[in-house]
Amino acid sequence: MAPLLKTEKLTHIYSVDTPFEHVAIENIDFEAERGEYLGIIGQTGSGKSTFIQHLNGLLKPTSGTVFYDGRDIHESKELTRGVRFKVGLVFQYPEYQLFEETVYKDIAFGPKNMRLDEKEIDGRVREAAGFVGLGDEVLQKSPFELSGGQKRRAAIAGVIAMRPEVLILDEPTAGLDPKGRDEIILNIRQYQRSTNSTVIMVTHSMEDIARTVDRLLVFNKGAILMHGTPAQVFSKSGELTAVGLTVPKVTLVANRLRALGLPVPGDIYTIEQLKSVLTALRGGREHA
Amino acid sequence: MLKDITLGQFFPGDSVVHRLDPRTKLILTLVYIVALFSAKSYYSYALMLFALVASVLLSRINFKTILRSVKPLIIVILFTFILNMLFTSGAHPIAHFWIFNISYEGIRVAVTMIIRLVMLIIGTFLLTYTTSPIALTDGLEHLMNPLKKIRVPVHELSMMMSIALRFIPTLIEETDKIISAQKARGADFESGNLIRRAKAMLPILVPLFISAFRRADELAVAMESRCYHGGEGRTRMKQLKLQRRDVTALILGALVLAGVMVLMSFGL
Repeated sequence: MAPLLKTEKLTHIYSVDTPFEHVAIENIDFEAERGEYLGIIGQTGSGKSTFIQHLNGLLKPTSGTVFYDGRDIHESKELTRGVRFKVGLVFQYPEYQLFEETVYKDIAFGPKNMRLDEKEIDGRVREAAGFVGLGDEVLQKSPFELSGGQKRRAAIAGVIAMRPEVLILDEPTAGLDPKGRDEIILNIRQYQRSTNSTVIMVTHSMEDIARTVDRLLVFNKGAILMHGTPAQVFSKSGELTAVGLTVPKVTLVANRLRALGLPVPGDIYTIEQLKSVLTALRGGREHA
Repeated sequence: MLKDITLGQFFPGDSVVHRLDPRTKLILTLVYIVALFSAKSYYSYALMLFALVASVLLSRINFKTILRSVKPLIIVILFTFILNMLFTSGAHPIAHFWIFNISYEGIRVAVTMIIRLVMLIIGTFLLTYTTSPIALTDGLEHLMNPLKKIRVPVHELSMMMSIALRFIPTLIEETDKIISAQKARGADFESGNLIRRAKAMLPILVPLFISAFRRADELAVAMESRCYHGGEGRTRMKQLKLQRRDVTALILGALVLAGVMVLMSFGL
């Protein structure tokens, strides 16, 4: 089966022919399958945000092509507009884009732009609000009365309500407290499972990404430095640290234990994994 | 894209023009404008053009960038050209239709007008291209200092101006982001009639206003927590000092102005 989303030699240069000319991404080849959960990590300025804005046609590549379902998304204007609804993009700090009088109306903005009928819109708004854990009583409030975490959820719901086949989130947990962070990550995970959509999550937080994604891309200086399963990527902690990234804290613990001489494998990235390894080392007994 | 707007943008550099004192550059720009509007003959225009090209070359700013700054104003320029051509009466008509006369004089006036306009735009843009907004307001504040005697709040005005200038790029960036975010939700800014399009601006304007107020609030708190209390007794980290190159530049500017005046007095 052909990949749902694909890029070929994608290059983007900002401010061509000015002193500010700057190559943001260069020759990126990328594929995402239906139902896949992808993570993108990379330092600030590594080109992640530029890259994801190409996937729904917001930015036009300087050279190279983006394919959705096998077709070049810039083939025609109608197609580009259609892809906007198929590939939902949640920007960083999406709560700054809320503008309607009520949360309900704001979530309905996307479906309304799709020219759906009232009943369909209503169904989608409630469904999307449900996915992000916003109750009915919140829907009639003004978005500006909500707490930071609730605003974030409302904004994410605004994109989910379009029922995109690919959901892209740029730092969905930035600036949230640990509880709010875990909840949003869980919501997104559940959403992905129940709709079998493709999710691409850009993040700085290794903990967020380690336990959820199927595949991980590491961006560095506008190119993909590494890609693979979290186990494969996090086993190269040396290379990651060299480009200014970290590995999950539990990986650091495992590495340290290995350095101390314990037979701990190099691809541990969740607490559960380390726990089972350590339990096995102690002879299989949970409590000694 | 909004990012391509170069209006009032500063291109950092290390050329002689960049290093000139902002006051010098402000005065020279003023002199340049006066000279440009006094110029009557092709000789004086040639002199002005020479001064302009020399300054652009010295600033080491790309000619392409300079020309791009004229682009957004092309409609104004065309409009000026057509109006001047159609409504200048002259003794040597070339063509005549309905109520319009196109004469040799008309074309001459129209051409001079657009040369003047383009040179005016490029000259003033050169100032903002080579002077950082901070330096520019510093220079303005210094030049307006005498006005303090008649109780003009010079410091407050220049502070307001530097804040405004400082936030133009930030707000442009912010607008860009909001537009992208709403586009990602299928907002359509390009189709429909005028009312529809105006309505389509709402999802941009509301978040933009909210964020502008939030920023203003944050900035006020940040300034107060660093004990900002207006201009009284405030000293500067970077003192403006006239250098030799400033004196040279001012003399050259004066010479160009004098040149134009002399040509004028000869009726050229």
